[in-house]
Amino acid sequence: MIKALGYFIAIIKGSLITTRHFMVNMWFHTLKLFRIKTKRKGAVTIQYPEEKRKIASRHRSLHRLLKREDGKPRCVACMLCVTVCPSECIFVEAAEDPDPEVQKVPSIFIIDLSRCCFCGFCVEACPEDAIRMDTGQIEFAEYSRDKLIYDLEKLMG
Amino acid sequence: MSEWIIILIKIICALVWFLVIALYLTWVERKESAVIQDRIGANRANIWKFRAIGLFQPFADAIKMIFKEDFTPKFSRKFLHNLAPFISFFFVAVTISAIPFGDVLRIGGREIKLQVVDFNVSLLFVMAMLSLGIFGIILAGWSSNNRYTLLGGMRGAAQLISYEVALGLSLIGLILVYPSLKLSAIVHYQGEMLWGWLPKWGVFLQPLGLLIFFFAALAETKRVPFDLPEGENEIVGFFTEYSGLKWGLFMFTDFMEVLIVACLLTTLFFGGWQVPWLYADGFHFPWGGEWLLPHGIVVAFQVLAFNLKVFFFCWLQILIRWTYPRFRYDQVMDLGWKLLVPLSLVNIAGTAILLSLIG
Repeated sequence: MIKALGYFIAIIKGSLITTRHFMVNMWFHTLKLFRIKTKRKGAVTIQYPEEKRKIASRHRSLHRLLKREDGKPRCVACMLCVTVCPSECIFVEAAEDPDPEVQKVPSIFIIDLSRCCFCGFCVEACPEDAIRMDTGQIEFAEYSRDKLIYDLEKLMG
Repeated sequence: MSEWIIILIKIICALVWFLVIALYLTWVERKESAVIQDRIGANRANIWKFRAIGLFQPFADAIKMIFKEDFTPKFSRKFLHNLAPFISFFFVAVTISAIPFGDVLRIGGREIKLQVVDFNVSLLFVMAMLSLGIFGIILAGWSSNNRYTLLGGMRGAAQLISYEVALGLSLIGLILVYPSLKLSAIVHYQGEMLWGWLPKWGVFLQPLGLLIFFFAALAETKRVPFDLPEGENEIVGFFTEYSGLKWGLFMFTDFMEVLIVACLLTTLFFGGWQVPWLYADGFHFPWGGEWLLPHGIVVAFQVLAFNLKVFFFCWLQILIRWTYPRFRYDQVMDLGWKLLVPLSLVNIAGTAILLSLIG
């Protein structure tokens, strides 16, 4: 009986917490309804398609390949990113470059985004700073898998 | 002839009120839970880009449920399986006929009671109909021929029957205080004043009875703190084998029960349509002031008061549903039989002794 009364007090306390949340949030919603600006909002919701959250500067988003001044990819086809990639989603084929300073360029550079786990190891491994994940693009869902295979053109563009 | 037309109009009005409010309770539930949890809640349903804070959501839900496949499993007992949701729905829907929405309305020399039927035993009628609703649950659980639904149905039956005892016993104290089983008479008694200023509402005369009734009634609605028949994460529940509109009927019945419990709480313990110090000819304040009002406005005040009280209790029940986790099965049974039933017996004895002492 006394135990039950103890529970009863705890139950009342719990309902007071939810009532407080309801009242405070409702107050801010009502203020918003009358177009009164307040610092706090009634809800923490971000209404996604219309409203977007700011992406942090170190956020790992869609990859891009950097270019040299003449427009060729900075990549020297050293295969380090291919080696380090844990989900094995990068495929690079090397070709010869006429410039003796550079020697190698990628003729094919493919990232299969349907396999990529966005770990960022390729960015860290790259000795030439040729690949980065700072485009800020996070919406690249597609209806078919083959559209998620990004080639050199798409990654540089 | 005109008597029949008036009764027909009353039935239609009461049913429309009941169903529309119950429909919008689904919206209120979603929005209120959202506000409690710092969210926004359903606000996307729109008609031509006109969202109206999600007010079209119930209709979107209804349309979705109508167009879903109505699946009846092969192994079920077809007739009973189809009958169960309608039994469950009907016995709740019929209770609204006994609830008084207001006092007598006088139009053109005719006196219309704002209550569909004024039985002599309307309180018993409501209790009986609410208990008959159990048949819907048992039939749903049993006719689905599925072990989990059977478990849910049996649990539901056990829970509802054991709480019915506490529910009925908690009202006996009330009947001792207001010597009538007629809901309209009970509301009339609550219009009298104690010591000239305190309205004789059930909440002041029967606080313990109110508490027991409220707990038992919450268990009767079989929503979350007491949702053992459903038990979402263990046995899924007595309507597992239902889909589409029939499932919707079970869900809708829950909301109607919430509403009818709110109506009963208002009528029995919070003065029904009574506004404190409002009499048939206007306000007579205990400190001597008077504010006389025409008949129509008085009736409007009464209906408005009834509605506000009912909405408050709906709000409270939804708040409770979104605050507490579920009881364990043995805890529910303990609470029912070891706490509520003895307490209600104490309440009856105490009330009887006090009444005999007073005279």
